[in-house]
Amino acid sequence: MSQPTIEVTDATVRYGSTTAIDRLNLTVDEGSLVAIVGPSGCGKTTALRSIAGFEQLAEGTISIRGSIASDKTKTVPPEQRKVGMVFQEYALFPHISVAENVGYGVRGSHRGHRVAEVLELVGLQGHGARFPHELSGGEQQRVALARALAPEPDVVLLDEPFSNLDAPQRERMRRELRKILKTARVTAILVTHDQAEALAIADAIAVMRDGQILQSGTPDDVYEAPVDTWVAQFLGDATLFNGSVRNGKIATTLGPITAGLPDGSRATVMVRPEWLLPTKNDSGVGLVVDREFYGHDQRVEIRFPDDTIVDALVPTRKAIHVGDTVDIELADARVYEDSADR
Amino acid sequence: MSDDTSIIDIGTVAGTPAVGPGRMPDKERKAPWWLWTAALLVLAPVTVTIVALFLRALGASSTVWETLLSLRTLQLAGRSFLLTALVTVSAVAIGVAGSWILTRTDIRRKGLWGVAFSLPLVIPSYVIAMTLISSGGPRGIFADMTGIPLPHIRGLIGAWITLTLSTYPYVFLITSAAMHRTDPALEEAARGLGSNAGRTFRTIVLPQLRPAIGASALLVALYTLSDFGSVSLMRLDVFTRAIYAQYSGRLDRTPAIVLSIVLMVIAGIVIWSEQRARGREALFSSKPTRPPAIHRMSRSQRAGATGFLASVIGLGAALPVAVLVGWAAQGVATGDGLFLSWSAITGSLSGAALAALLAMAAAVPIVVLSVRYRSRKTVWLERSVLFVFSLPHLTIAIAVVAFTVRYTRPVYQSLLVLVVVYAAIFLAQVTGPARASLLQIDPTLGDASRSLGHGTFGTMMRVTVPMISKGLLAGGALVFVTTLKELPVTLLLAPTGFTTLAVRIWAAADELLYARAASSALLLIAISVVPIYYLTIRPKEAISS
Repeated sequence: MSQPTIEVTDATVRYGSTTAIDRLNLTVDEGSLVAIVGPSGCGKTTALRSIAGFEQLAEGTISIRGSIASDKTKTVPPEQRKVGMVFQEYALFPHISVAENVGYGVRGSHRGHRVAEVLELVGLQGHGARFPHELSGGEQQRVALARALAPEPDVVLLDEPFSNLDAPQRERMRRELRKILKTARVTAILVTHDQAEALAIADAIAVMRDGQILQSGTPDDVYEAPVDTWVAQFLGDATLFNGSVRNGKIATTLGPITAGLPDGSRATVMVRPEWLLPTKNDSGVGLVVDREFYGHDQRVEIRFPDDTIVDALVPTRKAIHVGDTVDIELADARVYEDSADR
Repeated sequence: MSDDTSIIDIGTVAGTPAVGPGRMPDKERKAPWWLWTAALLVLAPVTVTIVALFLRALGASSTVWETLLSLRTLQLAGRSFLLTALVTVSAVAIGVAGSWILTRTDIRRKGLWGVAFSLPLVIPSYVIAMTLISSGGPRGIFADMTGIPLPHIRGLIGAWITLTLSTYPYVFLITSAAMHRTDPALEEAARGLGSNAGRTFRTIVLPQLRPAIGASALLVALYTLSDFGSVSLMRLDVFTRAIYAQYSGRLDRTPAIVLSIVLMVIAGIVIWSEQRARGREALFSSKPTRPPAIHRMSRSQRAGATGFLASVIGLGAALPVAVLVGWAAQGVATGDGLFLSWSAITGSLSGAALAALLAMAAAVPIVVLSVRYRSRKTVWLERSVLFVFSLPHLTIAIAVVAFTVRYTRPVYQSLLVLVVVYAAIFLAQVTGPARASLLQIDPTLGDASRSLGHGTFGTMMRVTVPMISKGLLAGGALVFVTTLKELPVTLLLAPTGFTTLAVRIWAAADELLYARAASSALLLIAISVVPIYYLTIRPKEAISS
């Protein structure tokens, strides 16, 4: 565990005048599953393709197992990298069978054995003689994964692996993919625009925007303590309050919040819906104006006299109804000093 | 997919760049050097000889320039232009009329008519010329059979009829495909607004067909300009005939070279003007979801349409085949024999097969470069493929002779040079369909192969080639068939002792011994029928039925 499998340092990729990734830094430890998550156009696919060797760096380096694979002078070609890739549209070769697809990257006499092994790993034993077009979307994806795993790569890269599946399949494949990768003890990097997917599947996530990684860490850490309000809102629901620090606190509709900032500075307070704990109180100031029932929990919309509206995520067993008045206790909050240019 | 194999694609090779998922557009990736080497292996020698020809002409003596600007050259140019204009207009008229009748009216047995109407495609123009010549005149076949003497079919009129019959099927196939792509809703709207079938065709259908008609007219014009066999048999002095006469009659080849250059320039002007005319046209091309509105013909209209189709087919396909069969039968009956030469058959088959294989092999690196590594340089590569394809074959043959005699004497009139020239001039027939196939393939398949440990070459051989094999084979078959019919290049470049069916037919016809050419011509037609039927005629029928 001493040396990271993948180390990306200040990697920059340009297409003419546009910069697709800009001084990107990323470290992936052996055996871990890292998700790069960001909105479309943030450069996450370019980052993945750079690691695979399909893009050339203008600046920076990419090291795989300690040796430099890309820098601005050289790019080790993809075929010499021991990097497995699962493409968004799977890219299965339509003219050859499933077994031949899976065995495509394996050389030597153990090929047949290895093909059977990985097909079993992804739960497709007995499907080797079929052709890609005869398989369902989920099966095609497993073949793509099996094919990437078959040559025993140092790292597997997955580009939006679930985007071609429908919602119920997606959730099932998500769990299964994680199990397969863990069983194979393989290092993996996954790229997605779906923050829920990233949080659910990964050991670590890296949030990307405009070609740069804004924050990385375990899903819990990044979700609970985002570095700024953009990351906070990208990863989940958040209510923001603006205000000035006075006597070390910021006054909000929900009450004064300790800021830890010098008096007079402008700041933004971020709270997540599950940090709001409403209790029914006939003399409370918050009025429940709407409620969405999810089964396991419920979202209540609460309006305050100053017309501020906040959302709270509350366990269903707590009976709250539209028209109730409530008091709110705040379990947690984050404070961000507003930068001068905002 | 059925459109892949058509001749149409040749005219539209320079299409849109491929932008796949996850890829940045306008990105120029660097292609490996060996890919460029392979791409240029066949194309470069021929291009070099053409450039050398131009350079040589620039340095030619002043007397050459005098012959160039002489009255005779002007006459040749005038006649070539006149013939080209006449053939283009009549071939477009017949082709478009045929495709309208067979796609937009309620004529019966459309499939059968369609196949029959395309048949002249498999008959070499010099064979049509030969049968027309022997049918006309007071002692011709027609007079023999009916007692009514036809006038002689010779000269400008003869060449006009022959080349119209040889080229209208191109117009027919290309515009039929375009008619199937037009949106019937537009026509229905016009009919709903009170426009009759004729006016709807003129004002709605025809404008939508303009790109297709333009492309096919270009094909017809270039075909006419470069045709050598039929104008020679018709004794019509146009450029190709004059060039060949100059070439074979004199020791000094410079006049032939100068005239070749003039012909190349004329071909260039034709291409340029078609591109100019095309510039501002919007493409209406849409995927129609319903069959088009069908015009119900009156009885007299039906009779007229049937008569039109039947007489064109009669002249272009039935008459030649019937005459050839008659001659062959006569030869057998009188004990003259079939005049079939084994060496001509093997020469035809081996030359055409080698040309097809070489063209297929050369097309792979070219389409990979032009689709996967698109850049300014690869656009020029594609253009030169089309440029060589569009030049009159006789002039290319002259250029190659002039070059090999001077600089590479050992390969002069060798099989190698012959096959390389065949492959180069017909290369566009493979790159067209192969490029269309490659454009349909997701580029990430190549990326997938590379990330699985196979290099650029391995990926090309194991993924790209198998996946575009259909397009490659279709193009290869087209090269095979066109090489079989090829005449001027074979006449000028064939090694001593190498002969083909086409050369045998032409030699016999040139000496007015038509009957001796019959069995060779029938054999040539028989060999061409199957691939041409599957490649160009049937796909269009599949859409219409």
